[in-house]
Amino acid sequence: MSTKSSEEILSANQNPRITWEGCSVLLDINDGDRVLFARLTAGSKVKIGNKNCSLQPLIGCPFGSSFQVEVGEEGPFLSRVVPSTEGNNLGEKMDCQNMEECRDNRTLVDNNTAQSLTSEDIDDMRRKGATGDEIVEALIANSSTFEKKTAFSQEKYRIKKQKKYAPGVLLRRPFARRIVHASLAELQPSHSETSTSIDQLEDACDKESSPASDLVNMEESSNVNLETVSNLAASPKTNKSIKAGEKAPLEAIKSWKENGFSSLIIAAPDLDAWSIVKELVPLLSYSAPFVIYHQYLQPLATCMHNLQTEKMAIDMQISEPWLREYQVLPSRTHPHMQMSSSGGYLLSGIRITAIDQPQPN
Amino acid sequence: MLPMDPTKKLSFNRRITNGDLVIVYERYDSMKPVRVSENGVLQNRFGVFKHSDWLGKPFGSKVFSSKGGFIYLLAPTPELWTLVLSHRTQILYIADISFVIMYLEIVPGCVVLESGTGSGSLTTSLARAVAPNGHVYTFDFHEQRAASAREDFERTGLSSLVTVGVRDIQGEGFPDEFIGRADSVFLDLPQPWLAIPSVAKMLQQDGVLCSFSPYIRTFEVLLRTYEVREGNLGSWQDNDGRLATLKSCKKRQRSTNGLENSSPQTILARRNGEARGHTGYLTFAKLKCDI
Repeated sequence: MSTKSSEEILSANQNPRITWEGCSVLLDINDGDRVLFARLTAGSKVKIGNKNCSLQPLIGCPFGSSFQVEVGEEGPFLSRVVPSTEGNNLGEKMDCQNMEECRDNRTLVDNNTAQSLTSEDIDDMRRKGATGDEIVEALIANSSTFEKKTAFSQEKYRIKKQKKYAPGVLLRRPFARRIVHASLAELQPSHSETSTSIDQLEDACDKESSPASDLVNMEESSNVNLETVSNLAASPKTNKSIKAGEKAPLEAIKSWKENGFSSLIIAAPDLDAWSIVKELVPLLSYSAPFVIYHQYLQPLATCMHNLQTEKMAIDMQISEPWLREYQVLPSRTHPHMQMSSSGGYLLSGIRITAIDQPQPN
Repeated sequence: MLPMDPTKKLSFNRRITNGDLVIVYERYDSMKPVRVSENGVLQNRFGVFKHSDWLGKPFGSKVFSSKGGFIYLLAPTPELWTLVLSHRTQILYIADISFVIMYLEIVPGCVVLESGTGSGSLTTSLARAVAPNGHVYTFDFHEQRAASAREDFERTGLSSLVTVGVRDIQGEGFPDEFIGRADSVFLDLPQPWLAIPSVAKMLQQDGVLCSFSPYIRTFEVLLRTYEVREGNLGSWQDNDGRLATLKSCKKRQRSTNGLENSSPQTILARRNGEARGHTGYLTFAKLKCDI
């Protein structure tokens, strides 16, 4: 293995930071409220609230840049938000106010009369070309209770109005981490996933596997009889003659069978785990790791038991991933009020040889 | 450890040879790394094992001792290495490691900065994530631990992917040669906020930072410090000043067989009695877009 100078390594860094026409991106709408995929072409659009906006303005922009929905003469459009240096002075003010907060809500009555602007007024403002931010300021100015609220409460109010009247879109690179959030939100938990999301999942997995490895994706065939070995779809990067998403040629299948796979991931929540496992684990090289995801515990317990009695694997463990997100704000840090109660279960293990006779010494 | 050399790649055709590193598996909670040598001998409670019996067998083989006891010989992976490495410091385990690597958005070719190296548990997994053409630059302020880490990376065949430096990142920041070149940065420091200005300079556009700390106090200070400093630096915060913090927990379950005397036999599974309740808080942030 030749050693590269650190100069060579650093300058070869290839991750693109600017979008281009036709690239896949992840759109983060209103700070994580909604995350979805998109392909940036001149004609593609995104629907935010009840407004349809073209994604063209996003082409050629850096990942991490923000946009806001504005309404112009020709309808709603996405406008780039230029980062301002006064961005978080709010934070500094907050710190001071923390010490002196003496407001509370003892006199606030929630009877829907605080806001004097009507929706017609707001539409009128829009027609006259007001930006989303200006509308938010107007709402604040016309709220009889705003000044009486605590600083935290005012911040919460402002953010809520911004999400409605000036929704923001954050342009993100499509990494597997984010794809999981997006696809879970968009798909039914059935095995017939839409082709677009499979492509994008493969894109992400391709990114995360090295150029010298093959990622083989097995699609479920329409008949439940698992002749899946003959239905392998290949997504390798080195072999130029095989395109991602195509059915694998016989030589490739033969080579995979001869060498064995170096790892196995099974995530077929609606199918019987053991019937897949007993077909696929034998395709794994010895000492190769595997992981099986299932939404239910029992099928995995059965798999684990069977793998144990058939002496097919060791180091087996069923784990339950559990992620707790926190809201982190000064003096307001706590776990999110709502959280996912279950992420399904994972059975992991290492394949071993079945040979069991003691060797003569 | 990583299949950089195609002849060493794990496959049905790969055989254990002299000089290979194997992970000897006795039980799920008893494993150790062993360098195979022609005259080597392993002795444990299951008996005496001659390395020469192992040569020519595939990884994943079950091998027997003179008195009939057995062990398995496994190919080393970062996961197994994390379980067998010698602890010079408290380490990160696979539950945290997998979240960190995923959320740091590390792919092959990335440049990752890490401080501190500790015992090299996370570093080993980072190396795999960036292979074959990326690199991990890791720093520890303890000279001896840095040297031990370097030795470990030699043993596991990762020295072409990992460079260990001795440096006090909290006090001095990362070296200038990395300015604007890091895709991701990982911090496991007692006072990570002191390193933040340096991290902001090191990260590429849209780069990701992760800071690990067992203490909630640490990430509250991390956040507060940003808000005070933000006016001066103008370049470092998440998109609206909030850092999402994740606490992860993996509960292990081991299958227990059902009552053997009654029929039909049922498989029962339940959680282990004693579970790891807390390792630390992970704080992630992205470099704010300022172009």
